[in-house]
Amino acid sequence: MSTHALPAGRATGGARPSRPLPPGVPPKQLLRWFRDMLLIREFEVRTMQAYQEKKIGGFCHVYIGQEAVAVGCVAATRPEDPMITAYRDHGHALARGMAARHCMAEMFGKIGGCAKGKGGSMHMFDRANNLFGGHGIVGAQTPVGAGLAFATKYEDEVIRGGTSDRVTLCFLGDGALNQGAFHEALNLAGLLDLPVIYVVENNGYSMGTSIERGTTMAHDLSVKAAAYGIDAIEVDGLDVIAVYEEMHAFVEKCRRTSRPGFVDMKTYRFKGHSMSDPRKYRTRDEEAHFEAGDPIGKLERALVAAGVIDEPGVGVLMDSVREEVRESIRWSDASPLPGVEELHHDVYVERWGPYTGTSLPEMLREEGTR
Amino acid sequence: MSRVIEFRDALREAMSEEMRRDPRVFLLGEEVAQYDGAYKVSKGMLAEFGPRRVIDMPISENGFAGLGIGAAMMGLRPIVEFMSWSFSLVAADQILNNAPKMLYMSGGQFGCPIVFRGNDGAGGQLGSTHSWCVESLYANVPGLKMAIPSNPYDAKGLLKTAIRDPDPVFFLESERMLALKGEVPEEEYLIPFGQAAIRREGGDCTIVSFGRPVHFAMDAAEVLAKEDGIECEVIDGRTIRPLDLETIVRSVRKTNRCVVVDQSWSFASVGSEVAAQVSEACFDDLDHHVHRVHADDVPAPYAMNLEQEMLPNPRKIRKAVLSACYRG
Repeated sequence: MSTHALPAGRATGGARPSRPLPPGVPPKQLLRWFRDMLLIREFEVRTMQAYQEKKIGGFCHVYIGQEAVAVGCVAATRPEDPMITAYRDHGHALARGMAARHCMAEMFGKIGGCAKGKGGSMHMFDRANNLFGGHGIVGAQTPVGAGLAFATKYEDEVIRGGTSDRVTLCFLGDGALNQGAFHEALNLAGLLDLPVIYVVENNGYSMGTSIERGTTMAHDLSVKAAAYGIDAIEVDGLDVIAVYEEMHAFVEKCRRTSRPGFVDMKTYRFKGHSMSDPRKYRTRDEEAHFEAGDPIGKLERALVAAGVIDEPGVGVLMDSVREEVRESIRWSDASPLPGVEELHHDVYVERWGPYTGTSLPEMLREEGTR
Repeated sequence: MSRVIEFRDALREAMSEEMRRDPRVFLLGEEVAQYDGAYKVSKGMLAEFGPRRVIDMPISENGFAGLGIGAAMMGLRPIVEFMSWSFSLVAADQILNNAPKMLYMSGGQFGCPIVFRGNDGAGGQLGSTHSWCVESLYANVPGLKMAIPSNPYDAKGLLKTAIRDPDPVFFLESERMLALKGEVPEEEYLIPFGQAAIRREGGDCTIVSFGRPVHFAMDAAEVLAKEDGIECEVIDGRTIRPLDLETIVRSVRKTNRCVVVDQSWSFASVGSEVAAQVSEACFDDLDHHVHRVHADDVPAPYAMNLEQEMLPNPRKIRKAVLSACYRG
């Protein structure tokens, strides 16, 4: 039993058993979650290496520790439900179905990247999988998320004359709670009955500022949503089964009611804010406490205990994930740099002056991007 | 058939016609629906299109600008009305960081076909926070287009083009011109972007302007012709991005003199840009350096006389033309 104490409202963490496996979810599906989480973890480990080798530049934020959130949320929604997130976005892209090579090549600044190397780590977009970015300014995606939900409803109801049941998930970090854009977005979502769920990936720190030092009512974030008439739930974001079950119910409620929702998704990032963060604002004890409750290990134990997979099976899965990520690096190394003609491409849809129009990235021109 | 209507009616006709034509087009903004428009631009539109397509917004410019951007990324065609472009400053992150860059950042995956429109420039003793001319601030950003009509005919034709444009368009109107009357055909027409209009022909000096100050330039040209015997060619740019440099250069090659009139401040402005481009293109044709007339480099004052003095008024334009013709 860990004696580690964190302020009220933080993720609990620590070595605890997972929830029982959800009834009605086929083993194949459970293994898919496990593999997706392993893939994100391996991908991010290799991302950090590639950053140190200077294959990746700029700002880079890895998702290690938070894998259960993206994977559980994707599992709880339908492919046609729009998603949008902030800059710690590799996990969302992979969970949504972007091939690892397009995600890695984007960070390598190569033409094969999802945005032809023009977006970088913070701007993962995938039209085929309804991922609307990857946004670099804290909180800026929250009004845009309201707009995605507005559009699904407008398309389905005003243009097609039917009833809409699409739900938008808009992810944000706990630091975005203090941006004006977030509060304007919640007010608009509440006012216009928009089917959007704001998922706060509350990892306890906005860069080096703990949530208690930056945010009022950190012990009970639901009051922020209550101020806008929006229902809130709290979810253990370090347990993919909890994420799936609670998000699934919440998303279905949103589908039925077309009312927005707010999720205090309690999680923890195992690494620094970005690649340059020495993590002096938290203790190594605290980190060890959360690492002991690693969401991937938690799911693995539950799957093994239930006989869904055995130890050799886990090894086979890990080998295939390692090979997939290695392949993504080889592919990204080999992908050409964007030609200089790309500089004036994709600025405007229309051609005029020095601008050469726009075209889709290679990713969307390939068969079977999943 | 043509009839005489107000600038605001022309704007409304453009929006209504496009909304009848394309169900993806909708209007949102402060007081656009129940109030019938803070300046009556959207009068009657709620009654015709209903509350799902003409949508009142709370005072949250950053929020509703972002909402429009999300809807545009999904393929809708939002028209976002700012009661004043002065209020767009609180939405700067959305309109400058998101709308014009989305296509580029997403590698061609998500465009942003949205129109932001509203009153720009001095409204009449509104003081410094409400009198912004945003053209010089915003025209700096690649990825957006900017239209700035000076009369009802252009207002309608340019706005219809803006609504059909696949890229984000910043559409700059003027509270001082909303009641301006002009001939507008009943038949449908569109005005392409990047085509300036010659408002007055003359062989002695080219005056280039955009939006409301085109009228100041026309007034100055009248006086210059009558009092000074100088015939000015007045060019109305109509759009700032794209800029119709060709029409301007053709005129300057004829007159050998150029005065640019821009209602924003001079430093790093649209006027400076036009002056620089004309200087590059017409280096051997110019008999004098390009002259610029701007608002004075001070916050907009409240007092009526000071506000008039600050604007690029006909007196300042006449003085600049006289200097360009070595008569000053």
